[in-house]
Amino acid sequence: MTEKDVISLCPKAFQPFWRRSPIVFIGYIIAILYFLFCLHYFDFTLGKIFSGLSNMKPILVAMFTWSDFFNWNFNSIFTGLAQTLGMAFLGTFLASLVCIPISFLASRQIFKLGLIRFLIKRFLDIIRGVDILIWAIIYVRAFGLGPFAGLLSIFTVDVGTLGKLFSEATDNADTRQIEGMQSTGASKISVIRYGLIPQIFPIFISQSLYFFESNTRSAVILGVVGAGGIGLQLTERMKAQYWDQTLFIIILILIMVAIIDSVSRSIRKKIIDG
Amino acid sequence: MNDSLLKKHLNLYSEQLKSRRLWNILIFTIFVLSFFISSSIIDFNLSKIIEGFPRLGDYIVKILPNIDYNLIFENSKTEGSIKYWYFNFKKYAALLYETFNMAILSTLMGFIFALLLSFLSAKNITPNIYSYHLVKRFLEFLRGVPEIIFAILFVWALGVGPLAGIIAITIHTTGALGKLFSEVHENADLKTCEAIRSHGGNWASEMRYGIIPKVLPNIISYALLRFEINIRASTVIGFVGAGGIGQELYLVINFNYYEEVSAIILLIVLTVITIDILSGRIRQKVIGEMGD
Repeated sequence: MTEKDVISLCPKAFQPFWRRSPIVFIGYIIAILYFLFCLHYFDFTLGKIFSGLSNMKPILVAMFTWSDFFNWNFNSIFTGLAQTLGMAFLGTFLASLVCIPISFLASRQIFKLGLIRFLIKRFLDIIRGVDILIWAIIYVRAFGLGPFAGLLSIFTVDVGTLGKLFSEATDNADTRQIEGMQSTGASKISVIRYGLIPQIFPIFISQSLYFFESNTRSAVILGVVGAGGIGLQLTERMKAQYWDQTLFIIILILIMVAIIDSVSRSIRKKIIDG
Repeated sequence: MNDSLLKKHLNLYSEQLKSRRLWNILIFTIFVLSFFISSSIIDFNLSKIIEGFPRLGDYIVKILPNIDYNLIFENSKTEGSIKYWYFNFKKYAALLYETFNMAILSTLMGFIFALLLSFLSAKNITPNIYSYHLVKRFLEFLRGVPEIIFAILFVWALGVGPLAGIIAITIHTTGALGKLFSEVHENADLKTCEAIRSHGGNWASEMRYGIIPKVLPNIISYALLRFEINIRASTVIGFVGAGGIGQELYLVINFNYYEEVSAIILLIVLTVITIDILSGRIRQKVIGEMGD
């Protein structure tokens, strides 16, 4: 077979890229042009980045010189870590409790009224649409600085997300088990208790655990707007330019998140496997 | 069924029930204990809630616009119209556009860095095992530190403005996408790579012609998903002075320009929802068209 024969077998594959799939090609061109435009729009030049990085140099040096390690205020640091964990745990826990009845109301299996389902779902959408940090500022305004505002913002966002996930899990439950219960003449409560809950409960628990995991991460940043926890300690130290303690706290956060991740992952695996 | 067999099964059942009950009680106690410990740590009590909720209600009532339905379409001088509420709309639109561009730029840059690093951190195609571990740990660090912490650092170094936010989000995106991309690579079929190697192709051409065509739909859909996340991130990263509409929102909240707060939050929510829907559509299309 000569080269020509091969090409004649599948001529399209050997055409230049811009003739083979012109739409994708135009897409690439637009993406590159817009990328260049954005660089121009933000005045994003390498010179600026390098001058910024040279400003970073003293900060980095200060981060790695831990001179008075034994005089640091470890008490406040570890209280901050405990607060972060407490915020994440309580927020997720309370939100999961609230979401169980919400998910029943928002699910097709139990509740036949479409209008209420629709309203609840849109309400959850709106809650989820507002970022957790925005909730945190609003709660800080109302309840004052501290971890309590953080707890409430985690709770709020989790109601939005877990409510949606729980109601989807309830929707996807197997109807045969429920029908079986109904055919024996069981009451509505016992249909839910024995027909539905055994199916959805493991999913609820594993999703709550997963959100506890991700909420420990969110709880870290809530301190930036004053909602307590380790983030507050971190931003205070950054404002005071204690860069060595900043690095120490960042390392602690990374360790904490890694531990929570691995513990919760192994528990979730156990629950799903039964 | 004879009696002894029934008895045996009943015994077995009650034993199982007992052990399950024991477990349930244990788990329940752990939960209750951690509930009380956490509440005492973060000072969570009913009186605080009862005290705070009226204030929260007051605040929400204050930030909600004062709209009069008879005057709704009047000009910006009349109190009660939408134009009065959004008298600063041009500024918001410009800031939203800036936020959008921040998300685009940081997603694209993060995408490029992540793609380059992901080949090194995928176990099946990495050129050597040291670069695999090194890059993997590096990516873990990049995504482990929250972007807003990076943003505070870069605001120190580069000054207040969107540049700090872009770099912070780019760093986080590199970490997150790098991990996802290398997982996609690890699931890719390596037969094409072998064919290329057998024809004398080097590592780079193996990646270019053996891996990329196969993983491209997944990668693009992950990048779009990240773009949605980055839109959210860039709306709030301004809280620490790193540009975008968040900076204006923080200012407005701190200066108590009540009605502007709700105006900006509404705009942010609408933008986020619109982009989520659009990008979800595109993602489905990408997976559908290029997936086979």
